[in-house]
Amino acid sequence: MAASTTTGNFKVIGTRPIRHDGVDKVTGRAKFGADYAFPGMLHGKVLRSPHAHAIIKSINVDKALKLPGVQAIVTSKDLPPAENKLEQAGEMTINPMYLSMNILARDKVLYDGHAIAAVAATSPHIAEEALRLSEVEYEVLPPVMAVDAATRPGAPILLNDLRNPEEGDKPTNVAQHYQFKRGDVAAGFKAADYVIEREFNTAMVHQGYIEPHNAVGIYNPDGQATIYCSTQGPVIVRSLSAQVLGMPVGKIKVVPAEIGGGFGGKTTIYLEPLSLLLSKKTGAPVKLTMSRAEVLRASGPTPGAKIKVKMGATRDGKLVAAEIWMAYQAGAFPGSPVGAGAMCIIAPYTVENFVIDAYDVVVNRPKTASYRAPGATQAAFASETVIDELAEKCGIDPIDFRIKNGVKEGSPQVVGPPFKRIGFIQTCEAIKNSDHYKSKLTGKFRGRGVASGFWFNAGMQSSAIVNIHADGTASVVTGSPDIGGTRASMAMITAEVLGLPVTDVRPIVTDTDSIGHTDVTGGSRVTFATGMAVYEAAKDAERQLIERAAKVWEKKPDEVEFRAGMLHAKGGGVPPLSIKQLAPRFARTGGPITGRASVSARGVGPGFATSVVDVEVDPDTGKVQVLRCTVAQDAGKAIHPSYVEGQMQGGTAQGIGWALNEEYFYDDKGTLRNSGFLDYRIPTCLDLPMIETIVVEEPNPGHPLGVRGVGEVSIVPPVAAVANAIYRAVGVRMTQTPMSPPKLLKAMLKHRSATQHSAAAD
Amino acid sequence: MPTVVIPALMRKFTGGVERVEVPGKTIRELVNRLGERFPGIDQQLLEDGDIRSSIAVSIDGEIATGGVLDAVGENSEVHFIPAIGGGQL
Repeated sequence: MAASTTTGNFKVIGTRPIRHDGVDKVTGRAKFGADYAFPGMLHGKVLRSPHAHAIIKSINVDKALKLPGVQAIVTSKDLPPAENKLEQAGEMTINPMYLSMNILARDKVLYDGHAIAAVAATSPHIAEEALRLSEVEYEVLPPVMAVDAATRPGAPILLNDLRNPEEGDKPTNVAQHYQFKRGDVAAGFKAADYVIEREFNTAMVHQGYIEPHNAVGIYNPDGQATIYCSTQGPVIVRSLSAQVLGMPVGKIKVVPAEIGGGFGGKTTIYLEPLSLLLSKKTGAPVKLTMSRAEVLRASGPTPGAKIKVKMGATRDGKLVAAEIWMAYQAGAFPGSPVGAGAMCIIAPYTVENFVIDAYDVVVNRPKTASYRAPGATQAAFASETVIDELAEKCGIDPIDFRIKNGVKEGSPQVVGPPFKRIGFIQTCEAIKNSDHYKSKLTGKFRGRGVASGFWFNAGMQSSAIVNIHADGTASVVTGSPDIGGTRASMAMITAEVLGLPVTDVRPIVTDTDSIGHTDVTGGSRVTFATGMAVYEAAKDAERQLIERAAKVWEKKPDEVEFRAGMLHAKGGGVPPLSIKQLAPRFARTGGPITGRASVSARGVGPGFATSVVDVEVDPDTGKVQVLRCTVAQDAGKAIHPSYVEGQMQGGTAQGIGWALNEEYFYDDKGTLRNSGFLDYRIPTCLDLPMIETIVVEEPNPGHPLGVRGVGEVSIVPPVAAVANAIYRAVGVRMTQTPMSPPKLLKAMLKHRSATQHSAAAD
Repeated sequence: MPTVVIPALMRKFTGGVERVEVPGKTIRELVNRLGERFPGIDQQLLEDGDIRSSIAVSIDGEIATGGVLDAVGENSEVHFIPAIGGGQL
């Protein structure tokens, strides 16, 4: 269902064509990273730490190297030293030293699964056997697994060189402090009739992409190298691998394979530099593929968090003050998305007085990576629960409470600047007017919860080429790996501009040498920024078509116009020409037509989503069944509504998994105990109802087609919405994730006991 | 004159002042003038002569992309905010 507020007379945009890569995907012909094979290719495996925190006293690979079939082993000694400084790398800032230390541990291992060495052998089994024969002597240190443990006085220090300006020259596990504030918080609370204060804890969770990380590296004797891998950002793989290996960027070509899910987790590197390092040593192509356990132990999940929220409202439901403290587990190296979380936590609301303190804390867990609206879901779980409670205190419908306090055009953002045109209120109204919200939920132990969320969306750099072929069809070439149907969107934008049927446009995702710089597929930016480059490239092709038609008609270009896919001489006199008719004359009028554009996209339009969830709680087990779920999201103009809806459903499904089941479960030694999908339980179709979607299309004035971006914000509300629904079902306010049966049952029993106690006392 | 909104943790350099009017036509000029008036604050914002990777610049409500090279208008409002993405690795 689309609640369109976009004007525009589109022929292709807004339709639902079959995706161009669909046949390859359903027939199994699409080539994923692990499908690549080359003559003489070797197989690599990674030796990983069994300890969460330990000093590496020695590494002895003599026995492993003697095993027949073993061709090479690399350790951190094979990597050049890297600088301890921050550098820009697409969506992320990177510290090359920490990046390198994560690829291969130096003198310490910092989490269960931390890579220590990599081996290349003639078969995967021989490589595995070589790992078994490698001897590492450790001095085991106590692990710190949570922010409380990491920040208490005398806590074991992970990184001896880590300093926080606020603590002087003292080793610390606190990497960064962010603060945002506005107004007079004390005065704000004084004006409040109701104040709610709660503490929340969320579990570290993984993106749960089905395809494990993989890489095939080929290092040629002339110093040129190629990496084939599953990634959201071939350019970032190239630049980060070059950093780690001390190679010039221009010597590395990265070929992005088809991608079996990423959700942010494939915007950094793990195996890629190892594949090149081993290839350089052996002279052969080397392929590495992670197992599921390696993915969970040693790739980048999203942080667990501890968040304290205190908010106040007047009796008539106006939010007047907020005081928030939040700390995120960065993993073994600095760089959690706590800054983003802090900027999102009350972003949907106008609060005149607030202070938000946010801390990035290193712990003995894998280094966190991006995951769909990084940092925002944890934050919204806390704030949206408290908002729900305040609405209840005020006796106001939770959607009306959000509408009353919601941001609109001109409202100041947490960081200060005012919002431009946004659609938050529209998402609330769409839910309020939905069949779902208007329906009556009946039955025992059933409850309905709502919540909202914000995400910035991103711009950054993109490039595109539009080629017009001899038969008048076109291809559109970009460097943005397709993780959500963006091939189809790029083809649709090209088809719309050039007046072609979408089936006459072939979308191509190419390697780093074949297209200009293109930042990651992330930040919900591809349809926005790469779409902007595609639009401009198609307009460039259009300009050239006009010039060619003018030549054919012996007119000036300004005497020709392009309308609905046809070239017309202004004032008539000659029959119009289609691109198909003009294409055979390209050779005599100047040669092939190639439209090009590169953008550093400005005009990003932020996204908002609001969700409503109905649940039923089993009073005996604490198991929660989601009965119905509807999400409304402001997408700006929806280019391909089915793929917008798919993103909304996917984000919501992941949010529900986060709410109800998913968590990294470490034992007291810091060893991950659920490193497989049997024990790390992501939701299946049996756990979820059909997720209903309402696409709000509040156009983004910063984009020629009104696009905002859709890939992330729908994951933000569900955790809080489920918590609020559980409260209405059984009267328990859950303040930790996952709200899994054992945790919810414990909370329910405590609640029952307190209620009975209170009744007895009465 | 353009107005610069000082980030909360940098207000120690400005004696707690949140909004400062600073003359200049580019971000570079604004940061230089800020540094002259509030010694040390420019070092918090700059690295190797450009805006630090961890900081984004908002000019009149829009994230700018040109670092110190971006132009500012006579009545522009400039915010220095943490770069989104968060990851340092």
